[in-house]
Amino acid sequence: MSNIGLLFNYEWCSGCQSCEIACRNEHGWPLGTWGIKVEDLGPMEMEGGVMEFDHVPIPTSFCDLCEDRVAAGNVPSCALHCLSNIIEWGPVEELAKRLPELGPKTTIFLPKNNL
Amino acid sequence: MAFHYKDNPAPKTEVLDDGTIVTRTCAWSPPGCHAVGCGIKLFVKDGELVKVEGDPDHQLTQGRLCPRCLALKEAVYHPDRILYPMKRAREDRGKDKWERISWDEATDLIVSETERIREQYGSEAICVYMGTGREAVRYGFTLSSKVLRTPNNCYAQSGWSCMGPRQTAMTMMLGSAYIELDYNGGSLEVWNDPNWKRPDYVFCLGKEPLESNPDGLWGHALIELMKQGSKLIMVDPRLCWLATRADQVLQIIPGTDAALCLAILHVLIDEDLVDHEFVDKWCYGYDELCERVKEYTPEFAAQECGIEADAIRECARKLGYDGGQHHWSLLMGVAVDQNPNGCQVTQCLIAMAAITGNLDVPGGTVVGVQMQFEMTGATDFMSEELKNKCIGWDVYPIVKVLLNTTHPDITLEALETGRPYELKMAWLDSTNLLSPTCSAQPKRWHDALMKMEFTVAKDMFMNPTIMALADVVLPLATWAEHDGIVMTNQGCQMGIAGAINKALQVGECKSDLEMLIHFGNAFYEKAYGEEYPFKTVEEYLVDDLNKMGHSWEELSEKVVASNDIGGYHKHERGLIRPDGQPGFQTTTGRVELWSTGYDSLGDDPLPYYFPPKLLSEERPDLAKEYPLVMTTGRRYFASFHSEHRQIPSLRDLTPEPYLEIHPETAAELGIKDGDEVTIENPWGTAHERAHLTPIMRKDVVSAAHGWWYPEEDGEEPHLFGVWKSNVNSLVPHRVLGKMGFGAPYKQLPVKVYKTPVEECVL
Ligand code: SF4
Ligand code: SF4
Ligand code: SF4
Repeated sequence: MSNIGLLFNYEWCSGCQSCEIACRNEHGWPLGTWGIKVEDLGPMEMEGGVMEFDHVPIPTSFCDLCEDRVAAGNVPSCALHCLSNIIEWGPVEELAKRLPELGPKTTIFLPKNNL
Repeated sequence: MAFHYKDNPAPKTEVLDDGTIVTRTCAWSPPGCHAVGCGIKLFVKDGELVKVEGDPDHQLTQGRLCPRCLALKEAVYHPDRILYPMKRAREDRGKDKWERISWDEATDLIVSETERIREQYGSEAICVYMGTGREAVRYGFTLSSKVLRTPNNCYAQSGWSCMGPRQTAMTMMLGSAYIELDYNGGSLEVWNDPNWKRPDYVFCLGKEPLESNPDGLWGHALIELMKQGSKLIMVDPRLCWLATRADQVLQIIPGTDAALCLAILHVLIDEDLVDHEFVDKWCYGYDELCERVKEYTPEFAAQECGIEADAIRECARKLGYDGGQHHWSLLMGVAVDQNPNGCQVTQCLIAMAAITGNLDVPGGTVVGVQMQFEMTGATDFMSEELKNKCIGWDVYPIVKVLLNTTHPDITLEALETGRPYELKMAWLDSTNLLSPTCSAQPKRWHDALMKMEFTVAKDMFMNPTIMALADVVLPLATWAEHDGIVMTNQGCQMGIAGAINKALQVGECKSDLEMLIHFGNAFYEKAYGEEYPFKTVEEYLVDDLNKMGHSWEELSEKVVASNDIGGYHKHERGLIRPDGQPGFQTTTGRVELWSTGYDSLGDDPLPYYFPPKLLSEERPDLAKEYPLVMTTGRRYFASFHSEHRQIPSLRDLTPEPYLEIHPETAAELGIKDGDEVTIENPWGTAHERAHLTPIMRKDVVSAAHGWWYPEEDGEEPHLFGVWKSNVNSLVPHRVLGKMGFGAPYKQLPVKVYKTPVEECVL
């Protein structure tokens, strides 16, 4: 399973942190350990009064792309539960094609366990 | 009202190879939030809940869940959970001297004490207290009226400031139980339905639906609309994340909403952005409204609201009628209600929707039908004499007309003074009213309720309210542990009707509905010598669904239906009035822009504005010492009011109460991020942790509500630290609008300072 990545259209990430808890539920991480973490960019007021404020989901080195779930035919736990439905996963080449469709503030992560 | 099911719904239960039973169900707090009914799959092995997952077959939520429901397992098996009925001697209130008893003993004790009190003081000496949004609201009115047979049911929030004002205008102007954002919730395909047109604009005032899922609206539906191009206009003193995705933000001074809305009406009328056909055919009092709004210019409102006049014009033009090509939908939140001027704010909002042709059209604001549960009318069988003893009806007749409950502020006064009569028994029905959730001046409520001769409470966890006040506590089941039904806005709005399907049993816990049936039978048999109409939960649910023309068995099997409430243009088809005639359920049969209802209750029939009663314009004396405006009650994902503080994963997300304050304001006050601060005004103080953020107006701070500390000493006087961060202690008693609705929870004068080291409590 190489080059499987996670895509986040974080333009619409509401910062709900469901992905964090869903990942914990699936993997049984203890408190303080995360398979994915939602970090805040801002809120910061920039030139012209622009308020930059994004929630940015970032998988950690513990993310295994929900290997077991996916092998059993399920979607990764974070993708299933994401309240804004902004998480996609698959071969990075496929995900890259989604970038222009989804527009700005979209990222693709290649989790560490993938390499 | 039609239910629609998927053609081939996933089965209700499934057994996995290892024997795990997977049950599909729908959620409703406790724990969680309002009656949203999100789809869940519960994995139970050998009677134990092992996993919680979203249900992808639920047409609305499609597997998505909040952290609150994802953390269900931590709540179900929490070591502090109340698992059995317990009692305590009256003199031991406030002490952790609970003694486990059987359900039989608890039942006998409750029936005999209730009947003793009824005998000695009359039925009206009993009062049920309810909270917000939890499943108890579906059954609590029946509990008070039919089981305990008292006219007194109290929601302790000053001025009925959750729904009171909104309900006033919705009922009086339209005859609608609720009006809602159009996200096409009644369709199985929701926002993906090709036959539906999304709103062009969503006008959101005083609401942050993503965190709050208010009154049953699944908040993230708004995100789906925005992904499809709906533009958001956000009215909020905080520039929250959602506002950064908005087309326009009106960051107003809290409590000035009526000025803003009157000015929008002014522009709409002045520039003739009005759907005259709709107005001529369906509205009443348009000319009078035109006359009224003349004085409310954008310049006037700009001054009051602390924004630009041109921004108001720009907003009004976006909302104006353009021949029916574009539509906008209204989202109005509890901030409307937590305002003594709230009855007028709602009046304006409905008028805005009506005169621009956006009522009950696709992409507009959906008008609701009657609620599908026994709330109004539940006391019909009582003698007039007993019914009219309901506390506060003589002072504020609107509560009688609209809600069939007591008036909260008058209830506190009755508790304190014994006038018009003494209240002697309290049934705390899933409300934690000493924590800063609903009641204003919770210390007064504490002292007043301590006088009760007998107090019963039910909940999942020991909390400050129960520890302080109760003599008997009953263990409440989570939604995973019982059968039930959950409907968006109690079935009065399009949305879902979901089955709550029992998947496990924990301890001796019972649900609100199980307790209703249990005590219904106990009181009828032991005290009234009659037969209670339902022996089991199933009998009740079968009857409940039959009354709606549907089947409990089918709903439970198929788990979730879409409920379309009759679609759009209901007033044209006679679907709003009980007599089946076209029009609205009002005296004139029209949308009453000039309200005969307001008029008959002694208020101005047309909307008007008055400046916040406690802020600088009205009270310059207070402003000198308390220069900042505090708003409170903003929601966050990790909790629902006072729920969830003991759930490790959730507490970890939001460990402390944060006071949001602008960095420049904080700098002037010598406050740094993370400092413990004291928020103070003439009525009380609260301690929170400063969070510096540029999303605030410089003259406004936003305080967290709902806080108590389950990990701390529960006994009196500490009570799990309930007084430490009690923002509701800063809310004065009975500062209300003319009809008795709307209190200033979100517009309080305060000062904020770094807490001296010796006074730090966090
Ligand atoms: S893919 Fe699985 S392991 Fe990776 S972040 Fe999502 S839930 Fe966690
Ligand atoms: S679940 Fe989705 S919307 Fe919520 S924080 Fe994670 S990525 Fe963002
Ligand atoms: S909206 Fe409410 S019921 Fe639905 S998942 Fe969130 S907390 Fe649970």
